[in-house]
Amino acid sequence: MNAALRFAWRALLRDLRAGELHVLALALAIAAGAVSTVGLFTDRVERALAGQAAEVLAADLLVESSRETPAEWRNEATRRGLESARTVSLRSVAVVGERTQLVELKAADSGYPLRGRLRSAPAPDGDERVETGLPEPGSVWVDVRLLHLMDLEVGDRIGLGVSELTISRVLTFEPDRGMNVFSIGPRVLIGWQDLAGTGLVLPASRVHHHLLLAGEPTSLAGFTRWLQPRLGVDYEIEGIEQARPELRSALERAGAFLNLAALVSVLLAGVAVAMAAQRHAARQADGSAVLRCLGATRRFVLLAYASELMLLGVLAGLLGCVAGYAGQALIGGLVAGLMGGQLPPPSLAPALVGLGVALATLLGFALPPLLRLGRVSPLRVLRRDLGLPPLPGVAVYMAGGGAMVALMLWLSRDAVLTGWVLAGVLVTLLALTAAAGLLVLALRRLRRRSGLAWRFGLLNLARRARGSVAQLLAFGLALTVLLLLTVVRVDLLDAWRAKIPPGAPNLFLVNVQPDEVGALATRIEALTGDTPALYPMVRGRLVAHNGAPIDANDYPTPRARRLATREFNLSYVDQVPESNRIVAGTWWSEQAPGAVASVEQGLAETLGIGLGDRLRYRVAEREFEVTVTSLREVAWDSFRVNFFVLLPPEVLEGFPATHITSFHLPAAARAGLGDLVRSFPSVTVIDVDALLGHVRRIVDRVTLAIEFVFGFTLLAGVAVLFAAIHATLDQRRYEASLLRTLGARRSGLLRALAVEFLLLGALAGLLGALAASGIGWLLAREVFDLPWQGGGLLWLFGPLAGMAVVGLAGLAGTWRVAGQPPLAVLRRG
Amino acid sequence: MRTAEAKAIEARKVSKRVAAPEGMLQLLDGVDLQVAAGESLAVVGPSGAGKSTLLGLLAGLDLPSEGQVWLDGHDLATLDEDGRAGLRAGRVGFVFQSFQLLSNLTARENVMLPLELAGSDAAGDRADEVLARVGLAQRGAHYPHQLSGGEQQRVALARAFAPGPRILFADEPTGNLDQRTGATVGDLLFDLNREFGTTLVLVTHDHALAARCARTLALDEGRVVE
Repeated sequence: MNAALRFAWRALLRDLRAGELHVLALALAIAAGAVSTVGLFTDRVERALAGQAAEVLAADLLVESSRETPAEWRNEATRRGLESARTVSLRSVAVVGERTQLVELKAADSGYPLRGRLRSAPAPDGDERVETGLPEPGSVWVDVRLLHLMDLEVGDRIGLGVSELTISRVLTFEPDRGMNVFSIGPRVLIGWQDLAGTGLVLPASRVHHHLLLAGEPTSLAGFTRWLQPRLGVDYEIEGIEQARPELRSALERAGAFLNLAALVSVLLAGVAVAMAAQRHAARQADGSAVLRCLGATRRFVLLAYASELMLLGVLAGLLGCVAGYAGQALIGGLVAGLMGGQLPPPSLAPALVGLGVALATLLGFALPPLLRLGRVSPLRVLRRDLGLPPLPGVAVYMAGGGAMVALMLWLSRDAVLTGWVLAGVLVTLLALTAAAGLLVLALRRLRRRSGLAWRFGLLNLARRARGSVAQLLAFGLALTVLLLLTVVRVDLLDAWRAKIPPGAPNLFLVNVQPDEVGALATRIEALTGDTPALYPMVRGRLVAHNGAPIDANDYPTPRARRLATREFNLSYVDQVPESNRIVAGTWWSEQAPGAVASVEQGLAETLGIGLGDRLRYRVAEREFEVTVTSLREVAWDSFRVNFFVLLPPEVLEGFPATHITSFHLPAAARAGLGDLVRSFPSVTVIDVDALLGHVRRIVDRVTLAIEFVFGFTLLAGVAVLFAAIHATLDQRRYEASLLRTLGARRSGLLRALAVEFLLLGALAGLLGALAASGIGWLLAREVFDLPWQGGGLLWLFGPLAGMAVVGLAGLAGTWRVAGQPPLAVLRRG
Repeated sequence: MRTAEAKAIEARKVSKRVAAPEGMLQLLDGVDLQVAAGESLAVVGPSGAGKSTLLGLLAGLDLPSEGQVWLDGHDLATLDEDGRAGLRAGRVGFVFQSFQLLSNLTARENVMLPLELAGSDAAGDRADEVLARVGLAQRGAHYPHQLSGGEQQRVALARAFAPGPRILFADEPTGNLDQRTGATVGDLLFDLNREFGTTLVLVTHDHALAARCARTLALDEGRVVE
């Protein structure tokens, strides 16, 4: 054992000095560097993004209830080092003289908001400033809409309940404003100390109490665990992930992109490691035979060479981790400014994951070629013609592959994504192998009619058929990834950006009366130039599911309990609305569909609703039952009006309905909004411009982060290229020396090498374009759920990029081969 | 199993056939051979006579198609590959035409290797001692590519003799060296052989070198001819 380790350490030092292991070490360092960069950077970005998402809650965690939260909970939160604040929201009426207006009153105690900042202005047109405090006692901050609706100015007094307060500022931004877009009237914000004086909070009032919490993730998790059993049915926890579905989908998609980058980096580095290890094993065959000859057991040989590689893995892994740390610091610094401040500090764990990945990559990819060394015959010391033993059986590859799959699953924490990446890689490899085989066959025919350099180049490719197929495979794979990361990635990211188009609706109008629909549509059309779609909305309560009465206690999660028992916004339509997609069952035809319903997929999952289920609704004291005939996927991030449950018109027509619409009002046409509000006083206008800007900003930042992270995957692709070139370096060196001995000129040799590499590059580029298109289509369709337009330029760009990259890298790698003194090379054999 | 005591090496009716594109190729055909402990034997013959094949079989690097081989009293057919390697460790030394030094170890480390494989605790000291004996005390830290051919073969001799083997197999030890260097290496080989009392099996084309052995075995087309 000790002797093997000593041998390994000496051999490692010598091989490192001699440059024997540079490609292998580089590939391992890139694997570790890429993964630790991705890990460290995404960890920081995800925490920063979570922080920004937390702004939408104004906290990291929210406890919501219609009852006041017990003081014990706040004490426990403080004890665990968490910040806390309380808010109370209720719908009330503001009174000024004879005029009244329904308002959304919020009282907040000091500390609110825990995440994000309030902004206010001294007057409707005044300069906005970021607030650090709350309204002074006796004063209120109000939404500008209240001033318009009640014809008020800053400094006027308004009555709230039994108290009268002074409007001191215009509230221009609340981080958690978007929480309940469909229920807010103009906001009125008061300090906690003025709440009791209004006399509005009475035991029977409809009041929402919020306990806001913020702090370290571990403390939050601990508090959540402590709180869970104490919640009962009256209280509900809301985290970042429950806030705003459109934000959640942006974060989920970002996670998918970043995970993809990490997975592809690992796989690519693995391919480079496999190739470099193969070469290393081949070069150690003589040494292994000598060791066996001198009496070393097979175990000793395996232990010695495996230890050498593991030591290398640790060194290269640590180097990669350091590089990853530096890399993420660099890009973190670049991105931090764009992300509106400092990123959270890096944590140690993702860096160590890099080291683990280097070792696992080594085990998974370098072990099979290494195992051959144990079976090298000692007779090789006398007979150099004895080749290396065949590669180990399927079991070893299965074990190595299994380790890699486990690693990928652990990295991505997403079985679907991992499955697709693996299936993509497998199918790509098979397709590339078959295509490469056919191409090499075709070359054999071609070589008869060509000039000398061409003949040598083609001859080289055709003669080493298996080696050429393997090289085509490696180059093809590397180019597939390069193309995926350059052309396809841009297409995918553009498609994602396009999901929130510049003209996404920024205004919602709710509570439109049926007799106002026509006039309102005309006014909106005059303002925007587009005919808006106004959807009828009927509020109904779900009373029975498959005949069983709804009981909140039957549902496992607070979210399910809340969704099942609250009033649903039901709507009726003929056609599947834009940004909706049927994922199960069928949409009703225009001919008398009967009492049927279409349910949003996520809601169906939460409430356990399936196709064919019967849902009984109560609307305005009348009940009716519908059968679920389709499930829909809804693009919540489209910012269009969407409904959980849709019914055919004949079921809902006749019930009292209001209408809702959304449309995009350009900034230039904003002035017309005031008139619109005055003309339709009962219509509630919800301005989501700020929210939309927020989500778009998040998408932009995440896109930027992804671009950076993919840069490292690109490096891994380049490592594969170099490993593939290095793999045949010994043989090329030997052959070039033979040809030189026989009188070949250096320029002729270089021309032949150029032909070979350019041809390899063009063919590999063609294969890469084919594979990248297929994978891009699959990813768009199955993973990211985006439309795929297909990179038309791939077919041109692929072969050109292949010729440029493989041609240059190939010549750079073999430049010295053609110039080496033949005797020195031939002597070494 | 029977043992051939007092005989360092014994081969009985040893044949070796390998598959070739044109059919089975007979490399050795019924070779009988005995080498007493401390004896030196030269194996000579033209290229392709089967000299190296015989050396490989005698050293347990390969197994015969027919016949039996005993090495230091052990029937090689009863041992598996690791068993044969264990038998060689510390007991059998090798010198090859192409030196076969491990390129990633220094001269000293190359000499230490068989000592360490045999479990020696003082491999370093012993290596220094033997390197000094072959005149390379100052070159211990050099890597093989930093040494001349003659120096490399002297390191190989030091490596072969360091564990004090009972048997030494030498395959064309001067074949890659010029005449003068070859003569020096040949002298060193026989001097060391005498000092250590090692049994020597020497495969060579060099008749002068063969003549320095106590006995010569001539092979032609896989058969013993004299």
